[in-house]
Amino acid sequence: MPEVTYLEALRQGLWEEMERDERVFILGEDVGLYGGAFKVTEGFTKRFGEQRVIDTPISEAAIVGAAAGAAHMGMRPVAEMQFIDFISCAYDMLTNYVATARYRAGLATPIVVRGPCGGYVRGGPFHSQNPEAAFLHTPGLKIVYPATARDAKGLIKASIRDDDPVLYLEHKWLYRRIKEQLPEGEDIVTPIGEARLAREGKDLSIVTYGATLWKSLEAAERLEQENGVAAEVLDLRTLLPMDDAAIMRTVKKTNKVLIVHEDTRTGGVAGEIAARINEQAFEWLDAPIMRVTAHDVPLPYAPTLEDFVLPQTEDIVKAARWLAAY
Amino acid sequence: MASRTVPTTQPPAIPAGLAREQLLEIYRYLRLTRTLEERLTALYRQSKVIGGLFRSLGQEGEAVGAAYALERGRNRDVLSPLTRNLGAMLVMGAQPIEILRQYMAKAGGPTQGRDMNIHFNDLELGYLGQISHLGDMIPVMAGITLTFRMRGEPRVGLVYIGDGGMSAGAFHEGINFAAVQRCPLVVIGEYNHWAYSTPPRKQFAVEHLADRVKGYGVAAVTVDGNDVLAVYEATQHAVARARAGQGVHFIEVKTYRRKGHAEHDDQHYVAADELDRWAKENDPIDRFVKQLRQHDWADERDLTDIDAGVRAEIDQATDACVNEPLPPPESALPGVYASPAAAARLWFRSL
Ligand SMILES: Cc1ncc(C[n+]2csc(CCOP(=O)(O)OP(=O)(O)O)c2C)c(N)n1
Ligand SMILES: [Mg+2]
Repeated sequence: MPEVTYLEALRQGLWEEMERDERVFILGEDVGLYGGAFKVTEGFTKRFGEQRVIDTPISEAAIVGAAAGAAHMGMRPVAEMQFIDFISCAYDMLTNYVATARYRAGLATPIVVRGPCGGYVRGGPFHSQNPEAAFLHTPGLKIVYPATARDAKGLIKASIRDDDPVLYLEHKWLYRRIKEQLPEGEDIVTPIGEARLAREGKDLSIVTYGATLWKSLEAAERLEQENGVAAEVLDLRTLLPMDDAAIMRTVKKTNKVLIVHEDTRTGGVAGEIAARINEQAFEWLDAPIMRVTAHDVPLPYAPTLEDFVLPQTEDIVKAARWLAAY
Repeated sequence: MASRTVPTTQPPAIPAGLAREQLLEIYRYLRLTRTLEERLTALYRQSKVIGGLFRSLGQEGEAVGAAYALERGRNRDVLSPLTRNLGAMLVMGAQPIEILRQYMAKAGGPTQGRDMNIHFNDLELGYLGQISHLGDMIPVMAGITLTFRMRGEPRVGLVYIGDGGMSAGAFHEGINFAAVQRCPLVVIGEYNHWAYSTPPRKQFAVEHLADRVKGYGVAAVTVDGNDVLAVYEATQHAVARARAGQGVHFIEVKTYRRKGHAEHDDQHYVAADELDRWAKENDPIDRFVKQLRQHDWADERDLTDIDAGVRAEIDQATDACVNEPLPPPESALPGVYASPAAAARLWFRSL
């Protein structure tokens, strides 16, 4: 089995869907001949032509809006945000128009909006964001955030096939860092709405997604070796709709929960997860639900500052030890 | 350049009412911009610059020429530069050492390591750093110049926008707002042939950027952006009119981005001879030097002295800051609000 990176897996998923379904097309800034800022769509223009790989003006609202219109007409557009930070320019289009279309007007809007998210790369305040919380609050959108190469592929395929608008968040720190063997010729589709148990354990549960999955796994390894603590790690994969069943299963098994995400704390996804656990599995808890997140500041650029603001493996280890001992 | 029929022994008059010293000052800013960027490139290759490096090679003329037409000094005119307008920042008084510190994320830099490249400001000196989101500075500069108008201050604002950035919705809302409010704002539209890898024909369906704004009731002209004095002259005219209450003016400068979008970009999408041609035949600094020498507005010595002075200044600035520390980790927390003074340090950091 060939070993592929997270980025290559995403690329394969897009490619296979373009091959499978001629309604699928890509639009975004520099996605054509250049192949996208991170080369996700490298070679696509040569294979699929300029009609299906459209270099757009720098107009995020128009990119998302045009995708929506095409989707109404039966197309399956995949819109790229060059960096996910620029999705804010399409916020109105996504939250007011796209997200409400089915409920309000019975209109199908099967679009995928994807783009590179996240920090740990010295990108500064405008090339490092994690926008999931801003959209989690919007009924009508689905949000996926793959952490593995397999899911990068499986979730892009599922997102394209989904009949609703999907925000596909990909982490640029994982692009070339994560490698995995993926079988050739298998139609890998990761169902939207299903979390994945990334590591089994009995002493506490770490619930996470995106880049912090890898930091959590690293922490779990250290906890096992240094403290004999067996941490279970749940990779959410989909944030909306959230897999409550998988969350409650692990809570009921370990009775202690640490929620880890890279995004800032206040109003973040962890707060929503904690509330759900509180409502659905309160009696099963042996400790307060705790969070490891970024500090509540815009993400600064200097390495010393970025490292301080973002959650690190060491933070997860310490927080988990504290919980284990509670 | 106009050809002269009558030979004179006197050097021809300097255009646009500039004095000889001013020509040399313009030259100095051009040279400073290029040499500083060359130094940044060297530091980038040594991994001392953190993150990306955006060059303005080939565009120094328009950045410097436009900014030079503003009134400078404390609380005079205000401009907002793009990443490729390092030259404009220098004209307004930003110091090379600040630029170096900022690119290396030093604690002593103007944003103390919080934001990158030339995203920083000194509103008193008259520059307001951009954020990455293209187009956003147009409405902001509308507000700055609206304030000048409301207070009856004879001040002008100037803002740069790229041939790509002009596709952003915020640009259009901002320039229309400023036009309606008759804000004293001059907008420099940089037609440098590229927005990352995207050529103008995929960005807009008219030939000139100037054509796009005339519909907003904005006076718009197109000039040769690599002719420093032409840019200066056009901007000076626009600035004077804006100051006199004639509203928003747009100047399209035709130029060329000779390096990649940032240093990582190998420009494989650009025809090689195109880069050569612009470098050989249309470099703004070469052209300016040629004018200076041809008309005897400057001696060879004047120019080599300036070059040496600039090199010494940048060497000194580099030596002074290259080994400075990065900001201390906890300095990430203060300053999100005026009050409370700092964000909370999260619980797991006290375990
Ligand atoms: C709203 C927004 N979308 C996308 C980007 C990503 N981006 C950064 S620079 C750039 C190209 C800019 O081209 P142009 O405005 O022509 O400026 P130039 O690089 O030529 O100076 C793009 C697409 C951005 N900064 N802001
Ligand atoms: Mg451009």
